[in-house]
Amino acid sequence: MVAFSRNRSNSYGKEAHVTTSVEPQAPASAAEQFALRQQSPLQRIQHLLHAHPSLSPLMVLIVACIAFTIINPRFAQPATISIILQQTAVVAALAIGQTLIILTAGIDLAVGATAILAMLVMANLAANNGVPGGLALLIGIAVGTACGFLNGLLVTRLNLPPFIVTLGTLSIYTAIGLLYSGGASVGKNKMPSILNLMGTRFPIGPFRLTIGVVVVALLAAVVAFVLSQTSWGRHLYAVGDDIEAARLVGIQVDRVLLSVYTVAGLIYGFSAWVLIGRAGTASPNAIVGANLETITAVVIGGTSLFGGRGGIPGTILGALIVYAFNIGLALAGVDDQLRVLAIGVLIIVAVSIDQWIRKVKA
Amino acid sequence: MSTTPSSSELTEEEKGTVGLGNPPVLANPSETVLSARGLIKTFGKVVGLDGVDLDLFPGEVLAVIGDNGAGKSTLIKAMTGALIPDSGQVFLDGNEVHFKTPQDARSSGIETVYQTLAVAPALDIAANMFLGREQRRSGPLGSVLRMLDKKGMKEAAGKSMANLGIATVQNMGQAVETLSGGQRQAVAVARAATFATKFVVLDEPTAALGVKETGQVLNLIQQIKEKGLPVILISHNMPNVFEVSDRIHIARLGGCAGVITPKSHTPTEAVAIMTGATTLAKG
Repeated sequence: MVAFSRNRSNSYGKEAHVTTSVEPQAPASAAEQFALRQQSPLQRIQHLLHAHPSLSPLMVLIVACIAFTIINPRFAQPATISIILQQTAVVAALAIGQTLIILTAGIDLAVGATAILAMLVMANLAANNGVPGGLALLIGIAVGTACGFLNGLLVTRLNLPPFIVTLGTLSIYTAIGLLYSGGASVGKNKMPSILNLMGTRFPIGPFRLTIGVVVVALLAAVVAFVLSQTSWGRHLYAVGDDIEAARLVGIQVDRVLLSVYTVAGLIYGFSAWVLIGRAGTASPNAIVGANLETITAVVIGGTSLFGGRGGIPGTILGALIVYAFNIGLALAGVDDQLRVLAIGVLIIVAVSIDQWIRKVKA
Repeated sequence: MSTTPSSSELTEEEKGTVGLGNPPVLANPSETVLSARGLIKTFGKVVGLDGVDLDLFPGEVLAVIGDNGAGKSTLIKAMTGALIPDSGQVFLDGNEVHFKTPQDARSSGIETVYQTLAVAPALDIAANMFLGREQRRSGPLGSVLRMLDKKGMKEAAGKSMANLGIATVQNMGQAVETLSGGQRQAVAVARAATFATKFVVLDEPTAALGVKETGQVLNLIQQIKEKGLPVILISHNMPNVFEVSDRIHIARLGGCAGVITPKSHTPTEAVAIMTGATTLAKG
């Protein structure tokens, strides 16, 4: 009967409800009738989005692209699309790590700080300490991984909320990065070419992509595969969905969480390489907005901040939406503040949709 | 290690109860699936278990009833690794066991259906059935790429549900949060019945269910019993307990107020013993 009252919009449900109250001797047939009811179009959309959470960002991206192209046909030119992809790559890479953490119902505010620290380590080691480029790169990635591991240790061993842990390490990693580098940037010509590899451009048809774009796409594919096809991925979702249930069925929750933060750190370290390629230099002031931008991409991509729902495809779409809006609105000649406003509206709409689809019923 | 059964302090009557007389005769642990002897568990100054004995025989449904705070959950937890008793022994198939975690008990073939059901709502039925013990695909896809055998797990989940006569759920790819309370319970019970080899513990399985769904769960308990698996049923609900159980262990004030059967006593008497209005007296 609870179900009846919750489905007021449904005409069949109402009918069944009326039938039961008029003819109380036939509740079974009313229940059967209710079970066979037609879903309203809105309910069908709700079910569809529930089953495929990345559909809504996909729709937003398609509609936005069509709209921006109508406003200014230059938006659809290969050169513009190439720029969007190149700009998206760094935030998309970082957002992949952020997605893993948000799927466990956590959040990582130290994402940018970690990537910058890793980047400064690789660049300074290679440029100032004479460490070979490849080794400097690996050490930098290892530093990123260690940062993630430390976050994970604090979350699992001290049972601190991820928000507080990463708020603290955001400052710590930022400060270490500045102390280590002395606040100085490392220029492109001082770094070995391997560190700038990700920025190397090459043509594909009319498009000009960077190696970074391709590598980030591969990274996304690998992480998406691991999330959907392996036990680790499934446990990650279970931990984010209902941590107590995960514990009770025998999943080693702390071990999963620690591994998630560590893998995220690894991805941030790797993203630092992509970042150097994109920026050309290794500056302590690179991607200061990374925290909010990655969270924005994840949320617009349909991953739930409450954990357990969403995934990598949505995040990639979310990151693309942010940069498509940036460039599309710039090409439309709109004031920059309106672009910021539009992203804000998108975030709120995305979270509202998430709340709505969680209320889905059979 | 106190081996003195504290239940000797109680006086029990001899109304044809199994494994109980005067003085109380505890079964030899080699004849039981599970035996607990003199379990003591304290929480600071609070005595959770005060030297409790319990026997679970092959193929039976043993109900554990008791008022809030009587120690029924503590008793079950102390036997299944969720709590470690301060003192006392637990025997599984006659061998003493020392479960440190619920996983120890699980890997020994004991499955528990918790009141909270322990299901991940956003995951589908098959994923929940195999949560924590996923099956991988055969060949390099499984061994190298660690790919899950989603199809195989779906089929196996469907088979387990069908074996237990659960017909209301057909699509194993359905998210658990789209199921009704009774269907969720059915998933949790089916999971326990599928993986248990020794016995199944059900903690208040009907507390949140309607009349019809309660009937379905009681039916499931019968199905599990027919499979030959003993069941420990923790419940407040006297009609349910008297409908499905073979013996009833009455927990009271951290101890055991006696073990009765549905044939020897009425639900009213059981409630009276449970609340302390009556004690099981000889004769």
